[in-house]
Amino acid sequence: MSPTIYMTIYIPGDSGALALGAEKVAKATAKELAERGIAAKIVRNGSRGAYFLEPMVEVETTEGRRAYGPVKAADVKGLFDAGFLTGGQHRLALGDPEDIPFIAKQTRLTFARCGITDPVSLEDYEAHGGLDGLRKAVAMAPLDIVKQVTESGLRGRGGAGFPTGIKWKTVLDTTADRKYIVCNADEGDSATFADRMIMEGDPFVLIEGMTIAGIATGATKGFVYIRSEYPHAVATMNKAVEVARKAGVLGATVLGSPNAFDIEIRVGAGAYVCGEETSLLNSLEGKRGVVRAKPPLPAIQGLFGKPTVINNVISLASVPIIMDKGAVFYKDFGMGRSRGTIPIQIAGNVKHGGLFEIAFGLSLGEIVDEIGGGTRSGRPVKAVQVGGPLGAYFPRELFDTPFDYEEFAKRDGLIGHAGITVFDDTADMLKQARFAMEFCAIESCGKCTPCRIGSTRGMEVIDRLAAGIEPEKSLALVTDLCNTMKFGSLCALGGFTPYPVMSAITHFPEDFKPAPARVAAE
Amino acid sequence: MNIKADFPTLIQETDYGTPESTAEKQVTLTVDGRSVTVPEGTSIMRAAMEGGVEIPKLCATDMLDSFGSCRICLVEIEGRNGTPASCTTPVGEGMIVHTQTDRLDAIRRGVMELYVSDHPTGWNEKAGTGASEFDAVAKSVGLAENRYGVEGRNHVHEDGVAPGHGSLAVDYIARDESNPYFSYDPAQCIVCSRCVRACEEVQGTFALTIEGRGFESRMVAGMHEDFITSECVSCGACVQACPTDALREKTVLEKGMPERSAVTTCAYCGVGCSFKAEVKDDEVIRMMPYKDGKANHGHSCVKGRFAYGYATHKDRILSPMIREKITDPWREVSWEEAIAYTANEFRRIQYQYGRAAVGGITSSRCTNEETYLVQKLVRQGFLNNNVDTCARVCHSPTGYGLGQTYGTSAGTQDFDSVEFTDVAVIIGANPASAHPVFASRLKKRLRQGAKLIVLDPRRTEMVKSAHVEAAYHLPLKPGTNVAVLTSLAHVIVTEGLFDEAFIRERCDWAEFQDWASFVAMPENSPEAVSKLTGVDPELVRGAARLYAKGGNGAIYYGLGVTEHSQGSTTVMAIANLAMATGNIGRPGVGVNPLRGQNNVQGSCDMGSFPHELPGYRHISGEAVRDIYESLWGVKLDDEPGLRIPNMLDAAVDGSFKGIYIQGEDILQSDPDTKHVASGLAAMECVVVHDLFLNETANYAHVFLPGSTFLEKDGTFTNAERRINMVRKVVEPKARYADWEATQELARAIGLDWNYTHPSQIMDEIAKTTPSFAGVSFDLLDRVGSVQWPCNEKAPLGTPIMHVDGFVRGKGKFIRTEYVATDERTGPRYPLLLTTGRILSQYNVGAQTRRTENSMWHSEDRLEIHPHDAENRGIRDGDWVRLASRSGETTLRALITDRVSPGVVYTTFHHPDTQANVITTDFSDWATNCPEYKVTAVQVAPSNGPTEWQKDYNEQARQSRRIKSHLEAAE
Repeated sequence: MSPTIYMTIYIPGDSGALALGAEKVAKATAKELAERGIAAKIVRNGSRGAYFLEPMVEVETTEGRRAYGPVKAADVKGLFDAGFLTGGQHRLALGDPEDIPFIAKQTRLTFARCGITDPVSLEDYEAHGGLDGLRKAVAMAPLDIVKQVTESGLRGRGGAGFPTGIKWKTVLDTTADRKYIVCNADEGDSATFADRMIMEGDPFVLIEGMTIAGIATGATKGFVYIRSEYPHAVATMNKAVEVARKAGVLGATVLGSPNAFDIEIRVGAGAYVCGEETSLLNSLEGKRGVVRAKPPLPAIQGLFGKPTVINNVISLASVPIIMDKGAVFYKDFGMGRSRGTIPIQIAGNVKHGGLFEIAFGLSLGEIVDEIGGGTRSGRPVKAVQVGGPLGAYFPRELFDTPFDYEEFAKRDGLIGHAGITVFDDTADMLKQARFAMEFCAIESCGKCTPCRIGSTRGMEVIDRLAAGIEPEKSLALVTDLCNTMKFGSLCALGGFTPYPVMSAITHFPEDFKPAPARVAAE
Repeated sequence: MNIKADFPTLIQETDYGTPESTAEKQVTLTVDGRSVTVPEGTSIMRAAMEGGVEIPKLCATDMLDSFGSCRICLVEIEGRNGTPASCTTPVGEGMIVHTQTDRLDAIRRGVMELYVSDHPTGWNEKAGTGASEFDAVAKSVGLAENRYGVEGRNHVHEDGVAPGHGSLAVDYIARDESNPYFSYDPAQCIVCSRCVRACEEVQGTFALTIEGRGFESRMVAGMHEDFITSECVSCGACVQACPTDALREKTVLEKGMPERSAVTTCAYCGVGCSFKAEVKDDEVIRMMPYKDGKANHGHSCVKGRFAYGYATHKDRILSPMIREKITDPWREVSWEEAIAYTANEFRRIQYQYGRAAVGGITSSRCTNEETYLVQKLVRQGFLNNNVDTCARVCHSPTGYGLGQTYGTSAGTQDFDSVEFTDVAVIIGANPASAHPVFASRLKKRLRQGAKLIVLDPRRTEMVKSAHVEAAYHLPLKPGTNVAVLTSLAHVIVTEGLFDEAFIRERCDWAEFQDWASFVAMPENSPEAVSKLTGVDPELVRGAARLYAKGGNGAIYYGLGVTEHSQGSTTVMAIANLAMATGNIGRPGVGVNPLRGQNNVQGSCDMGSFPHELPGYRHISGEAVRDIYESLWGVKLDDEPGLRIPNMLDAAVDGSFKGIYIQGEDILQSDPDTKHVASGLAAMECVVVHDLFLNETANYAHVFLPGSTFLEKDGTFTNAERRINMVRKVVEPKARYADWEATQELARAIGLDWNYTHPSQIMDEIAKTTPSFAGVSFDLLDRVGSVQWPCNEKAPLGTPIMHVDGFVRGKGKFIRTEYVATDERTGPRYPLLLTTGRILSQYNVGAQTRRTENSMWHSEDRLEIHPHDAENRGIRDGDWVRLASRSGETTLRALITDRVSPGVVYTTFHHPDTQANVITTDFSDWATNCPEYKVTAVQVAPSNGPTEWQKDYNEQARQSRRIKSHLEAAE
């Protein structure tokens, strides 16, 4: 072994992996290396997203990467003993990570590098195709960039699914002395973690995407608004921005071009509603995080009253590959009006939880049963909530629904930020409906009346329903309330809370029968 | 006179829901089948209202930008998804809007049901007035029941169950009664944020906020404080904005909703706000700012909105009184006796001491018509020109300075002009305290991005407050205005920042060149004068460049300019700056004196000065005298009469013996109190016509009870030359309106006056005064108000003057050489005292001290810099002795760095303070306007009031004795 050639061990620094003990594994590994006098480098990569295998340790061998997982600190000594540094056999050996079915089945465009590279190494990033999109963009006219993004069919991955290119076009066409790119990284939906993974695992792709957005629209300043619950993402993004600045990717002359663009990382203060774009803008301005009425659209009067592109992390992180490989390449994936790939985040009571990037169009059943492998408890799947806490509960009968914005809307659901939560047959859907109202009550900004008062009243009426008080009247009142909230609320928080409530009532009516009847039925 | 016939109903102003759009492009849409055409940018809500379709609303009001929180005003638009809010959605060409559908009805009822589930009205109990917008909307959406019940979480306090003791009302917040004028009941709050937005957008104080999130959200003042201890300035905008009874005038809660109203004009400062005086059973219930008021556009301050309680204060004297000697107690008499006594005395004095031995003082607090009559009484009845007015002590230099340079004695703009201003310059004024409604409009413009330059010895609120910060503050030493202004001109001339094209076209080029060569002299450079002025030359240069080149530049100034020995020179220096930079004759620019009193402009217009007939026409002009001589049937004296200080001098000399003083307290407001007192004491018949036994009345022989602005018809003219209607809403409490009392006096001395209504007086003014030729009560009733000149050339008045050229022809540049005042600091009097006003009090405080406004300012304090205080061993709140060459007084100290070292400051609202015992008899070289703003003083610790203050209080107490009716009968 030549002293100049280091062996490389990849131990994820991703929050999900850390939660599963990756830090202890890394420490044990370092200790073992020191004790054994082995000169090896530990890279804290991102996660590939197969959380059921985390912490997943990888080593670089002559035959390529070899994975082991899930690794506990106690396993480290054994792994060394088994010669895992050169791909030695061990009960935790997973072989070539690319061959792990959960990973092999994916189409990784946005997450192409996530879990593979050193997140804060710009060399590593470039070695894996990074900056190719930006290099092309700096040589293009802004309108041509906007056209390419529009033609790719990319839609906002935050949940609303608004065509990204059209939003950019509005900002490009609005004249102002200053424009902004704001990245919404206030990823607050339960069961979602795509934004966090990319920020922790491949921050440069977001920086590159935002820089392209800046060049395309004439904005010179970008903000990434990250929820405070993501300290590792904040640290990684800050580090990456610093590296990008030093390398001239950010700054007065982006990659030596006449374009100026810089990024600032901002941290939220714990309000879910600040993930709503106008609240986020208020919060960024230092104001109370309450929703603004639209119009004016942020694209025309956004941050500090200036034209602002506000996009989700995944939307922006998907731009570099579109610029690199072309609109057609990206558009060829997907179905209907949902083009490209979508990082589905599978969580809840599920066997194979994690992030699964794939072209739109997979059926919900395939995702839950085949990719997710059914429930972790082994009991039958009762319901799947798609799109976070404000998404609808889908029963098995709707498992043929393809993962597509329009198809979900047709069935009174939404794909949102593409998080899905699996429930087995022990779930009480009345409690879930109440939880939706409670969530809304806790997170309501308090500006509009349907959300401010309605969510609290919703909890109370569902409680009455649970107690068997005037069940028919209460059910009618909840239904009326949901109508008021859906059509009357100012933003999606109050407006979408009726989705989980009404879907639970519609698809699981037996859970809403008066308590004595339910007991009798059991 | 039957008042009820005059204004039988409560004026209801249309609320269009959102502000007007000023776009030129018109858009046509259909609302409920009606075609409506409105400017682009108009909200659907406003367009609907203009088309006669009222969409129910709670969080929207046309004083505020749309917000979109209540979700009551939702509509359906053909071809669009969902139910957008009509307040936040702008109109579009060809849009087809439906405001009433089953779906909308269901949503509105659903939202309203949620509201009442957390509102006292949902508890089937009478809450508030039952007459709020909220109550009306609940009815209009057809809400029949509250299916949620009242058992759930709520903010309403169940009677008898204290929160936390079995009550469900954990969210209950107690009512805040701390403000004397309005109460806040959080239980009735619907979190529409109208109050918060009014405080921000309209008033600009940012005192209110919404605390908590979601269901817990509730409006709070400051950092969850009582209103009275918060930053709230009690302007009333939040109360006016509140659609429920959460914020409500206490008078309304106590006495019920008003029944009738009339539009009238505030009797406090020179902004001249229009109010609806709202009345129930002959009692004013509240004053509501009038949205159509051209000066205030629906805004108000704590004085106009709330401080009218003096009108019914127990101190008001309602019966005429006389006494032979001022040491006697007063004797209440009939009007007839008082008038006859006065007429006899004046006749006797004129017979005994000569025609010039009597005179009169007109009031800037009274109407134009009343003021006109007093000067007419002096000229036609006394046959001399011994008439003067309190403008002598405030804005006489404005009249002189602007008259010399531009040709008119008034401000050049309307207040609306500020909306087009890019750089505002405030000199010697603190509008946030003294002209609060204008300050709010200026602050709004500053928040929109306009820049501000402040010349003031103090760091006033305008220099830095919520969301307002001056680009330049020039903290000059008191008395150095001319030096600083000339150095600004120096920079403009030497750096070539002047507007040559404007000057060549509008001004006399030769005079400009002469002036330019003067200001360009090295001794006028900012660097050279900085030793005198104490202002950093770089600040002067920066400010000059900004004013000259920053777009529309507008100068606003106050008494800090005029009340100096070089007051007139300073006004001319200001006029020069505006001409040199071309900042005259269009919206957004100009020279704007901020007039102190409601009708100080009017009293000057009405011929109150000894040398001028109405309309600023010199008494020596034969043609002008002819007009009045033929109308009045007398020969007028062609020589100017005595000014106030001259009258007092003459009194001390023994040649001036009788005076009729209408609505002015010269003893308190004029300089050198001791001199005023000895002058008054030397007279044989002092007639005070006032609401209260003021300080001057201590020296009076006749007291005629006055009438408040609520008790008479007439007009006031504000600082923008706007003639506003004053309307009688209650009968005069002391029988006569002031114009009637003056008329009685005139008749008693033999004049044949037969006015039956003030409109006839205005007709006489219009007939004799060219700049008022078009003015009549009929016109004012029709159009609301006009700005003079109002005549054939400008039938609807003149918002902006000097548009096509200066009134005098060519604008005149005048050299403004700095001459230091004789009032200088020295070893004995090392500090400079300057004076001013505070928001809650007004001038000598005769009115505001008799209202709850005293809660905010119960005494005058001496502001002193910590450095000066430390040197003298003075702690905050200590009694200090304030001494000048003229006299001394005591008051308590307030240590603050708002004043610079070497400068002290006080207000003059309280007679106990006797600030004018300190001020000197120096005055403006041209107009005798006293030098209130500069007095060399010393400050030292003290044990309490001076002997003078004690003696004065004793004398005042003695002289206010009134014999009881019983005694009189005996």
